[in-house]
Amino acid sequence: MRIPRFFFLFLLFCLAFLALCPVLLLLSGAFMSPRELSENLGPMLAETEGYGAWSLLPREPTLRSVVELLLDSPEFFPMFWNSLWVTGGTLLGQMLVGAPAAWGLARFRFPFRRVFLGLYLVLMLMPFQVTMLSGFLVLERFSLLNTLWSLILPGVFSAFPVFLMYRFFRSIPEAILESARLDTKNAFQVFRYTGVPLGSAGMVSALVLGFLESWNQIEQPMAFLKEKSLWPLSLYLPTLSLERAGPAFAGSLLALIPAILVFLSGRDYLEQGIVAAAIKE
Amino acid sequence: MRKGRKRAGAAGFFFLLPSLCGTCFFVLFPFLDVVHRSFLSAISEEWVGLKNYAAALETPAFQLACWNTLRFSLVCMPALLVLSLFAGVFLHRQKELGKTLKTAFLFPVAVPVASMALVWQAVFHSKGMLNGLLNCLGIAPVDWMNTPAAFWVLVGSYLWKNLGYDIVLWLAGLSGISESLYEAARVDGAGEWKIFWRITLPCLRPAFFTVFALSLLRSFQVFREAYLVAGDYPHESMYLLQHLFNNWFRDLSFDRMAAGAVLLCLVVLALLLPLERGAEKEF
Repeated sequence: MRIPRFFFLFLLFCLAFLALCPVLLLLSGAFMSPRELSENLGPMLAETEGYGAWSLLPREPTLRSVVELLLDSPEFFPMFWNSLWVTGGTLLGQMLVGAPAAWGLARFRFPFRRVFLGLYLVLMLMPFQVTMLSGFLVLERFSLLNTLWSLILPGVFSAFPVFLMYRFFRSIPEAILESARLDTKNAFQVFRYTGVPLGSAGMVSALVLGFLESWNQIEQPMAFLKEKSLWPLSLYLPTLSLERAGPAFAGSLLALIPAILVFLSGRDYLEQGIVAAAIKE
Repeated sequence: MRKGRKRAGAAGFFFLLPSLCGTCFFVLFPFLDVVHRSFLSAISEEWVGLKNYAAALETPAFQLACWNTLRFSLVCMPALLVLSLFAGVFLHRQKELGKTLKTAFLFPVAVPVASMALVWQAVFHSKGMLNGLLNCLGIAPVDWMNTPAAFWVLVGSYLWKNLGYDIVLWLAGLSGISESLYEAARVDGAGEWKIFWRITLPCLRPAFFTVFALSLLRSFQVFREAYLVAGDYPHESMYLLQHLFNNWFRDLSFDRMAAGAVLLCLVVLALLLPLERGAEKEF
């Protein structure tokens, strides 16, 4: 029994290393000196003999690429801000509009409630291509194309956060709400002062997953934004080539940092959210 | 459903209203308009019946994209489910170590595809790192991006990104199996394999449908990875439905695109049916 156990453990460690490997490559790339980068990438760029090489630790770590990016790449910062604006606006809207909707679906009985719930479930699982044309047409009609609103508004009305928060609001015991209703007859106050605190795990899960989704979006800006100055980082970075490897690696790293911070601080909520959106208790 | 669990009343509808209005305005009504358009000629706006659908289905690019998408799902689904299930079963038994490894597997879920574009270029270039590694091992290099190998690069990217996601789902299913079942089996002298086949797998059956359906739907959304791997003009072995939609969009052939969107919507709805039946109890 002992041998297969260690064998599995070894396999899993290899897999886990593979999962982390691309990020490690990026990290070392961002801190490599230009000389080492051009040596490593030489066979790909200058058609010299041999193959590209890499090391997980740079020989002489330096911040030169990061500095070069900060000083000489004027196009980078507007895109970073675009990403921040879009993500921030989307998340704020999702909380303001989505949380009450989830509350209404979870804690009240009204006609067609099941139909609406089914609608949100189906919309949550539709690939973007299904609504791509319709989204484009409606944004065009209201001249929202080529503005950041074309990313924010459809994002705000995404079905996923509503469904996720619905699952969490559902699990609050009714007895607690009964006692809250003794204090106030106002349904909104019950939501605001009892529902929101008790369902906060669901809201944070929705924020974490929503952040990763929004920070990562490629299809939507590609379809709705022609103006390159409005692009978010997620659309801009894949257009960089290895020619200017230093700043490109540094830029990729800067785009990764917010996502890593959110991941590390919200790991448990991320897991809860993934599970809650899929499996019911 | 317990009695009195939900309060009757219109208040709930008012909570829902803003979100519902936005959804109707941005998603639902425009989509109904697209359904309508799918039966009209793009130029003269006359009723053409199913002509747009026929035109879309006859496009060779459509058939190629469908075939590639299907092939992609057929390859990825079993690989992803089996790999994540084994990792999940093993991690479930570890304590601290399992947590650390799970975090490592979940990490790619958080990594923006865009940040990895450059690394992927360097790794899969025909003179890139992977070929360098293969060369050291004495294996002939492969031109990853410009041959059918591109398809496997995409499969690998999908597995990389989604493994942790499925592991978390399996772990949730596994934690629902009562420990006493395992103990009883061990007392009866059942081996690890027998326990896995006779207890773990049958108990996971309800979770299986959900994990399968969600992974399948996520495999429709690999466009980001495809874009990461090959940009706008991929090798034809990884030309997916998403590329086709983008091309239609760029060529402004909205009539075909409308028909394609309706067809895709129907396919996804059909795939959702088993999931819906499981969710029935909840409503």
